[in-house]
Amino acid sequence: MTEHSRIRRILPHVWLWLAIAVIVFPIFLVFIASTHTNADILAAPMPLKPGSHFLENYGRALSEGTENLGASAWTMMKNSLIMALGIAVGKIVVSLLAAYAIVFFKFPGRSFCFWAIFITLMLPVEVRIMPTYKVISDLGMLNSYAGLILPMIVSATAVFLFRQFFMSVPREIAEASQIDGASPMAFFTEILIPMTRTPIAAMFVIQFIYGWNQYLWPLLITTKEKYYTLLIGINRMLAGADVLVEWQIVMATTLLAMIPPVLVVVFMQKQFVAGMTDTEK
Amino acid sequence: MAKQYEFSSKGLPYLLVLPQMLVVFVFFFWPAAQAVFQSFFLQDPFGGRMIFVGAENYTTLFKDPTYWASFGRSFLYAGLVAFSAMAMALFLAVQANKQIRGASFYKTMLIWPYAVATMVAGVLWIFMFNPNIGVVAYFLKHSLGVEWNHLLNAGQAFLLVTIAAAWKQVAYNFVFFLAGLQSVPAALVEAAAIDGAGPTKRFWTIVFPLLSPTTFYLLVMNVVYGFFETFPIIHQATQGGPGQATNILVYKVWRDGVVNLDLGGSSAQSVVLMILVIGLTVVQFRFIERKVTY
Repeated sequence: MTEHSRIRRILPHVWLWLAIAVIVFPIFLVFIASTHTNADILAAPMPLKPGSHFLENYGRALSEGTENLGASAWTMMKNSLIMALGIAVGKIVVSLLAAYAIVFFKFPGRSFCFWAIFITLMLPVEVRIMPTYKVISDLGMLNSYAGLILPMIVSATAVFLFRQFFMSVPREIAEASQIDGASPMAFFTEILIPMTRTPIAAMFVIQFIYGWNQYLWPLLITTKEKYYTLLIGINRMLAGADVLVEWQIVMATTLLAMIPPVLVVVFMQKQFVAGMTDTEK
Repeated sequence: MAKQYEFSSKGLPYLLVLPQMLVVFVFFFWPAAQAVFQSFFLQDPFGGRMIFVGAENYTTLFKDPTYWASFGRSFLYAGLVAFSAMAMALFLAVQANKQIRGASFYKTMLIWPYAVATMVAGVLWIFMFNPNIGVVAYFLKHSLGVEWNHLLNAGQAFLLVTIAAAWKQVAYNFVFFLAGLQSVPAALVEAAAIDGAGPTKRFWTIVFPLLSPTTFYLLVMNVVYGFFETFPIIHQATQGGPGQATNILVYKVWRDGVVNLDLGGSSAQSVVLMILVIGLTVVQFRFIERKVTY
């Protein structure tokens, strides 16, 4: 590169730190608030240094939640985890099978299946909210893990990614396995799946986060505390007048809700980035 | 595409697509069909009585000025969110893509917010801007003399949800722009530098055009995000108010259906939205497919 002046070298750092500050500041505030008493937070402006109630607040959030909530962050975390894992694993399994059929088999109705699946590629649940609710209620799946998980498995993103990957697999491998007398299912489980490790890992990260962060759907179908996820709990705790909200517990729960998906992204950043940008290609 | 080897089996492929087809049909086509069906009826929310009204739900909808206002608002909102989130992300990706010390640290710091739920983004921003206890609201009032109350001031409410939605989306766009920038051939940029093009000119005449597939892809995804997926932010921060100030289309579907129990009207709105998304999907898909097969 041609430019080497001092300002040109420093400026990118300034911009990037500025961006990081804007990203981190709100989360920093959440952390600070979660270490104070509610009275400290309500006495505006709230302190900007950590307080001494960290253990007390997180302990209460985890063991009982706020007064009127009736669900502990511990239970809600378990529900969020079940939902996120259910969505991620369910979607990956179902999508692998469908993509395998569409790419490697020739059968009447293939292009019909293809379009039926791909029309849902970007369709958010927000759009079909009332009718889906009615279907779930007709099936008796309100307030159940199946009701939380199954409608979220619909969208075609994972089928799409696996299809792209399968199309890049040399067909000679499939042909050779046939000549060697392996059944199509043996080819699938013993050759194709091991080859697909990386896209599967990438999809897992993306779908885990997608599942963990679901909001509108659980909001509609979970009316029993037993099935609250973390995000629903936060919403319920915030309902009502400002002075009645126990902000310190809400903020502790908010931080707890952020930690698992953030850890997944940070530790699987490479797979995650690859998976995201592969869907586009 | 070249002729490729394919398995031939009578039953197996159907068995393989069955689970996916089952979820698609039960949780997409069935609800979609019901939405279409219901949009032609007036339903008593408490009983099962349904009265066939033909296209009345649609004509009422299209004659309703608040619906058109919501349409316009949604476009403005999604457009602003898409533009600001993409512009910020592109700018930051260009900075992080330079040969600078700590580049991988910066990348991680800008990527991880992807994991923050849209709903949590809403909570973070209402906590900062809460008129009674928010730190930023306090600062605005006491240092800049700006009275912040997004629960009463329509402009402020719109601004707040726009910023919160864009804030959350920057990380997503950053991932794609960074990947796009990394695939720009360095030789091309260096050649332009040797020819005497300055950094700004190099960016706009070489790098930016090469990024256009990424930009187009992100534009569609961001508009879909702004239009449909920012529901949690609206729900958390403003509940569509004050008045109609932040009542975008998805929020209206929810409010009319779940809160006001106007099932026919809400279904008609769902149908309109589904057509909109499916249209966008086809556009996006055509574009992606063209890129794959060349």
